[in-house]
Amino acid sequence: MTTPDLRTTIDEAVAELRDGMTIGFGGWGSRRKPMAVVRAIARSSLKDLTIASYGGPDVGLLCAAGKVKRVVFGFVTLDSIPLDPHFRAARESGAVEATEMDEGMFYLSLLAASWRVPFLPTRAGLGSDVMRINPSLKTVRSPYGDEELVAVPPLGLDAAFVHLNRGDRRGNAQFLGPDLYFDDLFLSAAERRFVTCERLVETEDLLSEGSVHTLRINRTMVDGIAEVPLGAHFTSCEPDYPVPNRWLKEYARAAADPDAWSAYRKRFVEVSDEDYRSVVSS
Amino acid sequence: MSDATRDEVCVVACAESWRGDGAVLASAFGVIPTLGVRLARATFEPDLLISDGEAILVANDLPIGSNEKTVEGWVPFRTVFDLVWSGRRHVMMGATQIDLHGNQNISALGDHARPKVQLIGVRGAPGNTINHATSYWIQNHSARTFVERVDMISGIGTDHGAADLRRVVTNLCVFDFDTPDGSMRVRSLHPGVTVDEVLTNTGFSPVVPDDIPETRPPTPEELSLIREVLDPGDLRKTEVKP
Repeated sequence: MTTPDLRTTIDEAVAELRDGMTIGFGGWGSRRKPMAVVRAIARSSLKDLTIASYGGPDVGLLCAAGKVKRVVFGFVTLDSIPLDPHFRAARESGAVEATEMDEGMFYLSLLAASWRVPFLPTRAGLGSDVMRINPSLKTVRSPYGDEELVAVPPLGLDAAFVHLNRGDRRGNAQFLGPDLYFDDLFLSAAERRFVTCERLVETEDLLSEGSVHTLRINRTMVDGIAEVPLGAHFTSCEPDYPVPNRWLKEYARAAADPDAWSAYRKRFVEVSDEDYRSVVSS
Repeated sequence: MSDATRDEVCVVACAESWRGDGAVLASAFGVIPTLGVRLARATFEPDLLISDGEAILVANDLPIGSNEKTVEGWVPFRTVFDLVWSGRRHVMMGATQIDLHGNQNISALGDHARPKVQLIGVRGAPGNTINHATSYWIQNHSARTFVERVDMISGIGTDHGAADLRRVVTNLCVFDFDTPDGSMRVRSLHPGVTVDEVLTNTGFSPVVPDDIPETRPPTPEELSLIREVLDPGDLRKTEVKP
């Protein structure tokens, strides 16, 4: 009998991606974003991607790298810096298209994809311009009464990436911070599902740092898992590390002009994970 | 005569928005609203539930910036949506634009397809406003914010099906929507502010009653809670100049 082993590498996972794919990233704003994967995609030759995210610097960095055709989002923020200047520049120059929706609708769209149903009903969105800018969004009348609701369609993803605190080689993963966010649903809504984690541990050690309730990613949701220390850096990965503000600011400043971006890209993006870790640890 | 400054009047005006709400999740964005919701619970609205902005419900009277939390519950974002959709929440949001009926914009200025200014995004504003009580805090009352028409309706107004728009608190005054057609009405003026000052800085014509009361000043108890317990570092003064 052999133990399941889903271990892979970021390079192998990114090699499976194709131009034009729809890719989802877990986390929320400046929290627990799979940034090592985002940098690998930025280094790749991929283009015309649709990015779905509770947006943070994952969105902005890929916009700056010219990888993005469309962003599906309810917000894009760096939290301590309210607006991601890279995303802002990409939108204001017309470089990327926007599918913008209420952040609860976004949740339902992942849930609908995950449950394999054609829509989920909600009041969220009614009366707002979310309906105007998304003309394909339809409403549905309750079969039990007269109420008209938004029919949120599934947001199917070609691939999803999340970064968790711990995992095992079998493909289970664990969050130790305050919130899972919607990481389980990004995985469940996707065709190909990849987890990076701060540390791979033996299965029998999974409960040594958190209760059983923190084991929210199970093997049915995962195709590959890789240990990537500082894999969420320069977003937070509580309790392993808070937002490293110095590096977040460095990223934001790189939006100032093309020279600033090119210097940033050379120093932080066009480098191996090991080199990235040594730059930000120095 | 109270020696309260403008920022402290604003804190109390925000706190008043939650009066009578009972056990609902009270969410606030910005320093003054955060102080307002904490003040309301510390005084006249003890049943409110208050989160730390992450995923923790905090039971104690937490000073701004403090981490000495007494935890009374866990509200990850998924649970927040449960609360939003159950209606048991009252949020106070900001607005880059807001109109006569309380339609709010935090998404983009100009044409949405290629905005002149990209803002943060609609966030939860559409779902909040159609499901539960909503108030707004505008720290810089100006005709650029109070506009004839918003560019992208994020939070919906009384003319678009808002569930329960309560108050718009600014650095100059308090508005409500207690009018037959749900138009914004000047509810009270902060001490020292004139109706003309409000109208000059509002890009539409709100309902102006004949008699407008002054926004009530903080009580001595409220003042000491604000100054000594909730905001000893005077962070509120960075949001509203006294």
